[in-house]
Amino acid sequence: MIHTRDAPLTGGFRVQRWTRLSVVSALLTVAVIVVLAVAPFLFGADVTEQLTTLLIFVILAVMWNALAGYGGLISVGQQAFIGLGAYGTIFLTQHGIAPYLAMILAGLGAGVVAVPTSLIMLRLRGGQFAIGMWVVAEVFGILVTLDTGLGGGTGISLSGLNVFAPGYRQAYTFWVTLACATVLLGVVFFLLRRRIGSSLQAVRDDEEAAASLGVNVVRSKRVLFVVAAVGCGIAGALYLANTLFIQTTSVFGVQWTAYMLFMVLVGGLGTFEGPIIGAIIFYLIQAQFGDSGAWYFVGLGATAIAFALFLPHGIWGAIDRRLQLRLLPVGYTLRRLETAEPASAGRAATDT
Amino acid sequence: MNWVNVLVQGVLLGGFYALLACGLSLMFGVMRIINLAHGDIAVIGAYLIWVLVNQTSIPPWLAALLVLPIMWVAGYAMYVLLLERSRRAGQLVPLLTTFGLAIVIENVLLQVFSPDDHSLLSSTGTLATSSISFGGLSISIFGILTLATAVVVLTGLQLFLSRTTSGRQMRATAEDPDIAELVGINARAVYAKATAIAVAIGALGGIFLAIRQTFNPFTGPTQLIFAFEAVVIGGFGSPWGTLLGGIVLGVAQVIGAQVNPQYFVLFGHLVFLAVLASPRVGLLSRRVHAL
Repeated sequence: MIHTRDAPLTGGFRVQRWTRLSVVSALLTVAVIVVLAVAPFLFGADVTEQLTTLLIFVILAVMWNALAGYGGLISVGQQAFIGLGAYGTIFLTQHGIAPYLAMILAGLGAGVVAVPTSLIMLRLRGGQFAIGMWVVAEVFGILVTLDTGLGGGTGISLSGLNVFAPGYRQAYTFWVTLACATVLLGVVFFLLRRRIGSSLQAVRDDEEAAASLGVNVVRSKRVLFVVAAVGCGIAGALYLANTLFIQTTSVFGVQWTAYMLFMVLVGGLGTFEGPIIGAIIFYLIQAQFGDSGAWYFVGLGATAIAFALFLPHGIWGAIDRRLQLRLLPVGYTLRRLETAEPASAGRAATDT
Repeated sequence: MNWVNVLVQGVLLGGFYALLACGLSLMFGVMRIINLAHGDIAVIGAYLIWVLVNQTSIPPWLAALLVLPIMWVAGYAMYVLLLERSRRAGQLVPLLTTFGLAIVIENVLLQVFSPDDHSLLSSTGTLATSSISFGGLSISIFGILTLATAVVVLTGLQLFLSRTTSGRQMRATAEDPDIAELVGINARAVYAKATAIAVAIGALGGIFLAIRQTFNPFTGPTQLIFAFEAVVIGGFGSPWGTLLGGIVLGVAQVIGAQVNPQYFVLFGHLVFLAVLASPRVGLLSRRVHAL
């Protein structure tokens, strides 16, 4: 239930969005971004590269969670847009556009492609949407493979970044990644706070009921779908800038979905903070066990199943439920007024 | 006639896809669950029969008779251990858990069997390679056998669902599990049975997979996609639609390969997307829960 600014509440409760804790944590978020921004001056190039990888995971997890946790759209094919972002960057740099600009444009281009894709895909629900997106990713992958100008199936390098010395290149790529992550997470954050955020959650919980209450189901889903496509596209472009070499099998591979699923389920499906925590955990696990081959993936899959069954809202959901922590306010908190003044309770409102 | 030949090959290939798709379609029809590990289950079937044939040198058809009951039990266990809880946790949870299961299966297979390609082709003697000539056409015996098996399985499923008590209980549960329980049906047992049937049929598809092509631990996802495309092209939940969907997919792929060998998979995907984009999704679509 959504209480607007003037919603009267009786019984000495008030609805608030910003709690003291969330103000503190919002300031902390700003502090973290500032600290990250100076990190390339403090650490070596390899740390910078690792931090870039971590931020790419954060973007991917937040995007997948926006689709699955808020829109109820489980996609097995977000690698379609990861691949488009990466190969779009290659294509644009081949046509004389500066690499970092090409990365942003390629990400936005993935969003443009997502519009006609959504016309077909959003007719599907549940598992049909999931595998339908997988087919879309396969089609995009095959089409790129058929284009010899993009290296065919053998892979291609991003050559435009050679003009920078390696240390500088990694720092520039990191700053672009940090800026993209901040903007993209900001977009998702503010999107979910607006009316569309509530609409989407209503759609996720019961599509018919939401539609009967006047929610424009398809439009809400489409906005989210396009935003997630842009996010994944930019993540793909950033991945290319970080590794400098891609193959169709690596960027259009379904292992991306396995990663995103793991990060979101472990961190917390349907929470804003969860996927960020999930990305950090996944990053640490990958750094520790990434070389263990098949057993590493068996562990990822089994952990994801365990979380889906036994801790469906992930680590963050469990913390949140016990401690009522809401670090970044997407939802509302209902609080009992300490000095119960029925007259003022009517005006007790949220400040967005 | 070249194009007639292409059509015949496509139809025979379609029989294989329809066989793979039966189990997927049954599980969706009864439980609304799309099992994202269905392709990997077929591959498990392929590996089990490959191990049996190589270790004991029994003929493949005998190995198949041993593997199918094993997979039936595995399907039952899969429902009890994984799907029951997933289904109760919400609509989307089975997708998450079956995708997790797919990752686990693929990588356990990789760990146990290495990434090498295997095939049963050499153990099946002349059956897999012989063909009959007919008016200038060369028709593979094995292709006909696959298509015939798909038709038999689909007919069997149809008869099971319409004529037997268990089948009627399954349809009633698919229609409305709560009401079905009110009239004394144990929905949980029905779901477990449906999963067991679906997994066993999936493994049967895997046996044909092992004979007609090479397979490795990561063959499953492609089979899942093809099976899913067959189900969607045919219209969800209709057995004969599944057969028709498989055939349309097979013909599209063979035509694609005729144009350019690289277009084999692509043409199938494009037909699938075209069907999705059409106003009435599915060739024989009726109300989904009519099964």
